[in-house]
Amino acid sequence: MKLFRETSTQNRTDGLFKFITLIGAAILLLIIAALFVQLIRSSELAFKTFGWSFIWSGEWNPIRGQFGAASSIYGTLVSTAIAMLFAVPLSIFIALFLVELAPPTISRWIGIGIELLAAMPSIIYGMWGLFVFAPFMGKYIQPFLQSVFGNSVLFQGPPIGIGMLTAGIILTFMILPFISAVTRDVFGMVPSVVKESAYGMGATTWEVTRQVTLRYGIRGIIGGAFLGLGRAIGETMAVTFVIGNSHRIVPSLFAPANSITATLANEFAEASEPLYLSALIELGLILFVITFFIQAVSQIWLKRVRKSMGVQ
Amino acid sequence: MKKRSRVWRKGFNHAISGMAAISALLGLIVLGWILITVISKGLAAYNVDFFTRLPTPPGMAGGGLANAILGTLLLTVLAGLMGIPLGLLAGIYLSEFGQHARFAESVRFLANILMGTPSIVIGIFVYTFLVAPLGHFSAYSGAVALAIMMLPVVARTTEDMLQMVPKELRESALALGAPRWKTTLQVIFRSAKSGLLTGVLLAVARVSGETAPLLFTALNSPYWPSGLDQPVANLTVTIFNYAMSPYADWQRMAWGASLLITLGVLALMLVSRLVLKERKTK
Repeated sequence: MKLFRETSTQNRTDGLFKFITLIGAAILLLIIAALFVQLIRSSELAFKTFGWSFIWSGEWNPIRGQFGAASSIYGTLVSTAIAMLFAVPLSIFIALFLVELAPPTISRWIGIGIELLAAMPSIIYGMWGLFVFAPFMGKYIQPFLQSVFGNSVLFQGPPIGIGMLTAGIILTFMILPFISAVTRDVFGMVPSVVKESAYGMGATTWEVTRQVTLRYGIRGIIGGAFLGLGRAIGETMAVTFVIGNSHRIVPSLFAPANSITATLANEFAEASEPLYLSALIELGLILFVITFFIQAVSQIWLKRVRKSMGVQ
Repeated sequence: MKKRSRVWRKGFNHAISGMAAISALLGLIVLGWILITVISKGLAAYNVDFFTRLPTPPGMAGGGLANAILGTLLLTVLAGLMGIPLGLLAGIYLSEFGQHARFAESVRFLANILMGTPSIVIGIFVYTFLVAPLGHFSAYSGAVALAIMMLPVVARTTEDMLQMVPKELRESALALGAPRWKTTLQVIFRSAKSGLLTGVLLAVARVSGETAPLLFTALNSPYWPSGLDQPVANLTVTIFNYAMSPYADWQRMAWGASLLITLGVLALMLVSRLVLKERKTK
């Protein structure tokens, strides 16, 4: 309600101010719209040539002009699945340790450490993965897995270090901090009255965690896991260094593979044929659509969770 | 609930606690392992030449990455010049004019989506409209890609920080007859200063270590930066190219560049933490 009349110049400058800030906001919308339009327009040639079969065709042969995204999509999905499989339980354990078990000082220091891990540029993970972690995998972990599981389909082939499993583990290290941070916050949001009454009944720490904290926070943790998933799927440098860059789909996790991001990073600069370039851009479009969907779902989900938990 | 003996329950609890501690330790071990590797291998690459000379052709010893250091600074500053003001404007709009509007709600939604969009997709996007039509890789296209990554981060933190300023402050300034723009820029901004600075620093930290958006935009170059419409050397793409090369000398340089990038990002993080702390104690 306006109590006093504003002078007209004031009105005008304020209108202008609002308009200028609106430009900033509108540019954000414009960028997303332009992203879609540009990627669709630039991948038109590949789409016209291969149609929908681009998605499930496994042949990627630049020399013969045959392009199918299956090997890249497969690699992205499998490496991300490995990362989620490791990262989600680990994050829950880490959050449990930080919130319930560790003394506050230690908890704070580990918290800072995890933040540092999150801030580390992904190319550093890539360098470390290629020169330090992959040889470590090839020398110790992979022979160990082979000796335990025998020659099962998943662990076939020479232990060369790089490959799908190593990429998945490096991704685990990368998304661990994000999921841990969300899980820690969710654990902290559980009202202490609820937890204390369970402790009062004689429950152990684990019983409280499993039956009170996890139940209370499960949806928040799922939201956090989704955020981690979005990051893992789009991660480029860390994966490109260690996945091995092979367009063949094989079941063994020790074999070199490829992901959408690794294919783009390795081949985009050398793609000279218009069709080749267009196929790569279509890969980028697929990646964008997947991450857009994951981000949208996790946002809507987390918003609902926050509302139901009474925050904001 | 199943009945279990007290000993079993206690034992299980200890086992879980132990696993939780091991998980946390694992995180720290990975962090320590990465840091120690980067520091020890990075320091081995440092000498005066590293910071002052151009790279040498493969196989030749010596040389440095002075051009890439300069190029990364150049790209980050250029990106900041575009991304920070636009981000601040968008943040002001969201906080001051769009608390309950549907348009602002969708901007917020899409800003979060843009934050989660893979950086390599942004690189391709910029390639399709700034590199391909003009026919050459360029410094400004790299800067635009980085600016697009900064924009949503700055916008969202700006909104959060402005929202933390008490409503009374806003209302008293307006009640004194100050126009909206003055209220925002001279009263609210002043009170949210350190928070805004933190947001900007975090955004800069986030993009300065990025590689993927530069691969197809700024590319890389063995020469000094010579113009904004030319490919420009930068540390991250140099790391990518050198690490993948078979030359031991280049790999050594890549480690040196890795340490530099890590230190830069961590320093930015540290400063932003200190800025925020100072505000809390005030």
